[in-house]
Amino acid sequence: MRYMRFGYVTAPLLGALWAVVIAITVTVAMSFMTGAPFKPSALWALVFGAASGAAVLYLGRSVVIGAAVVVFAAVAGVGFGPIVVGEGVPLAPTLLGGAACGLFVAWPLVTILKGCPAGDLTRHEFEEAILRFLVGVGYIFFTVIVVVPFYVMVMTSMKSQQALLQNPLDFSLDWSQGLGLFRSYFELFADFNFDRYLLTSLFVSVMTVLITLAFSVPGAYAVARLRFKGQKAFSRSILLIYMVPLIVLALPIYIGFSMIGLRNSIFGILLIYPVTTIPVALYMLQGYFRGLPGEVEEAGLMDGLSRLQVIWKITLPLSLPALASVSLYVFMIAWNEFLLAFMLLDDPSKFTLTRGVAMLNSSEIPRQHLMAGAVIATVPIMVLFLGLERFMTKGLTAGSVKG
Amino acid sequence: METSDTANHSAPPAAGPLAKREARLAWGLLAPTLISVAMVVILPLLSIFWISFKPVGLADLRPPVPIVNESLRGRPKVDGDEATLRYRVRNSSQDKPITGVSFTDVLPEGLEITSVDPRCEISGSLLTCTAGDIEGGFRDDFTLDVVVSQAFIDADPDLDETEAVVTGTSSNILTNFSFTLENFARVFDGSEFWGVLGVTMFYTVFGTIGALVFGLFAAMLLNKSFKGQGVLRGLYLFPYVSPVIAVAFTWVTLFDPFSGSANALLIQMGVTEGPINFFGQKPLALVMVTVFEIWRYFPLSFLFILARMQSIDEGMFEAADMDGASPFQKFWYLSLPQLLGILSVLFLLRFIWTFNKFDDIFLLTGGNAGTRTLTVNVYEQAFAVGNIGAGAAVAVVVFSVLLIFSVLFFRYINQEEGA
Repeated sequence: MRYMRFGYVTAPLLGALWAVVIAITVTVAMSFMTGAPFKPSALWALVFGAASGAAVLYLGRSVVIGAAVVVFAAVAGVGFGPIVVGEGVPLAPTLLGGAACGLFVAWPLVTILKGCPAGDLTRHEFEEAILRFLVGVGYIFFTVIVVVPFYVMVMTSMKSQQALLQNPLDFSLDWSQGLGLFRSYFELFADFNFDRYLLTSLFVSVMTVLITLAFSVPGAYAVARLRFKGQKAFSRSILLIYMVPLIVLALPIYIGFSMIGLRNSIFGILLIYPVTTIPVALYMLQGYFRGLPGEVEEAGLMDGLSRLQVIWKITLPLSLPALASVSLYVFMIAWNEFLLAFMLLDDPSKFTLTRGVAMLNSSEIPRQHLMAGAVIATVPIMVLFLGLERFMTKGLTAGSVKG
Repeated sequence: METSDTANHSAPPAAGPLAKREARLAWGLLAPTLISVAMVVILPLLSIFWISFKPVGLADLRPPVPIVNESLRGRPKVDGDEATLRYRVRNSSQDKPITGVSFTDVLPEGLEITSVDPRCEISGSLLTCTAGDIEGGFRDDFTLDVVVSQAFIDADPDLDETEAVVTGTSSNILTNFSFTLENFARVFDGSEFWGVLGVTMFYTVFGTIGALVFGLFAAMLLNKSFKGQGVLRGLYLFPYVSPVIAVAFTWVTLFDPFSGSANALLIQMGVTEGPINFFGQKPLALVMVTVFEIWRYFPLSFLFILARMQSIDEGMFEAADMDGASPFQKFWYLSLPQLLGILSVLFLLRFIWTFNKFDDIFLLTGGNAGTRTLTVNVYEQAFAVGNIGAGAAVAVVVFSVLLIFSVLFFRYINQEEGA
């Protein structure tokens, strides 16, 4: 390690490695966007990256970035460099890829090597640089692994089967089709009853939230505020329920529902869903209730309110944020639930959205329909999540004791 | 529900009427939760033990019932025509007997009965016939010779209007007292069980550790405030928040050997020669479902670890900076020890839930290509093979393994606390 702690060693080394990462990332991105055959060249990436790293040490920031963009684009246009394109790729995307590569190699390198002198590095400076490099790689890695599947999901839903088989990488959209891009979605709503599934899922999820709250609010209040034998044991053991695998419960539920004729009914689903969410809701709420000041409730009791009135008029209004978090979390569980819906619902007129999407997974139905179904199932929960991220994150943190 | 004294919470519990009333209220408030949990969790759990000792298949879920069809034969046209009233009794099952079968029916008006099947009796207009015990696949006719009157022809009654009421007890395999150990014998039979257990352990251990490690990395990345930190944090939660069915099918599409983008990309970059069947060949499929598990659940660990990191006292790091600690030293000697608590809790929880996981593998591979875990085996036995009893037996095994884990974990935790 000691031999590496010189600016003129560290900088080219980090630059070379960084250029490899960027070359791969840019090729993947360009391939996914244009479908054209882009290829990273590790050797050239190492060479050009090392040069960029060294340049950062000795030249000014804007000079390096500008030069890198121009040089990377130029060599890509000529036909070598960190990014190699196959035959028949037009000049514009080639230059764009090269320029992007140059920009994303040089710009972050300036930050990574910030404060690194050309000569001796202290251990602190050296590790800081390594750390910034790793952080950069980390951001790229996590962003790519999260974004790519969702990108593929959305884009596949707007392609045609032939186009996908011809070039699975070509996700560029044919804008000339206009609304025809959304053909799969129109077909799902028109021919596959997805409008009904959407409503069923909404109904089931909202009812699950309401029933869960109706059961868990009084229970949570009792555990948090009232004294009774077994209170401690109860608040600890309520979550043990989630140790039981759902499939172990689903089998007897399936048998029981078959025998009493509750299979294939939304009512049956609504008997089960809330019970899978009540314990975690109760646990989350009792934690919140404990944190509320008891004095206000006591004042209410003094003024002659009954316990239930206290819950309704004092505790609940004070815990609106917690209720929002719990509701969102429960809504998400019910909306995403697949196993029970899959086992208990066979009648296509009663499907929930997840069950409807499962139906699309057949060789007779084109892939883009399946992906369109996946998008339809994902978008509402994403909108909720992004719109109310604060509550959602709180709910997830408090509630993720449930698998 | 009267005012009760909450102010003296610290006082020793008194068994006074107020305390009793409070406890009663508490149990009253908890009752709905307790009852519903008992109905949906405890009851099925007990019944799965019962079923696991039963020789029961999917087809047995519909118990055999006796069926009676009533018809008037002979096409009577005018007053005085002779006809036959026929009751055809059959067993809905081909192989299971029904005992004590009998049926009653209200005879239509305007028929003059001339002869009656010896097994039947008539009192007033009520017909009672006894078929006794009938075998599987049984079918027999009970006939009454009748002479129709004009009134009957004019009324032209619908025979089904007064439907024959049939009774009979069939032995329901689920409620009788015949037991078998064959389900368990079948589950543990041969090397298959150990293969399944091995797959489960691989999936559980590596899925858990992977999700923790990646969650830790992601949390370290985001444990600083910068522009776009909120956006990235939201983005990194996507895999966990979206419906499993959507992301699982996306992965299947992405890694499809023929039309999948991942293969196309790898071939184009020259990593492989031909397409790889990611979810269809033996060791790779198991690795892929484990990777999917890590991908889907790293956000959860990330969220927890980030929350813990943000509550670590900053002053400690400043002091370490003063002393000239390097960034890696700070992480290793300062952050990591603080995170050990949350990491071990997460490990226990994730371990159990990964072990319990069913949907992910079921959607990705259906348990094929060497990815059949214990939970998938429950479904496989019960629904694909159609042997509910064997499925229940696997479920019992799942539950027992889980209990063993829990005991081990709790013992471990107690030791830690004692030390």
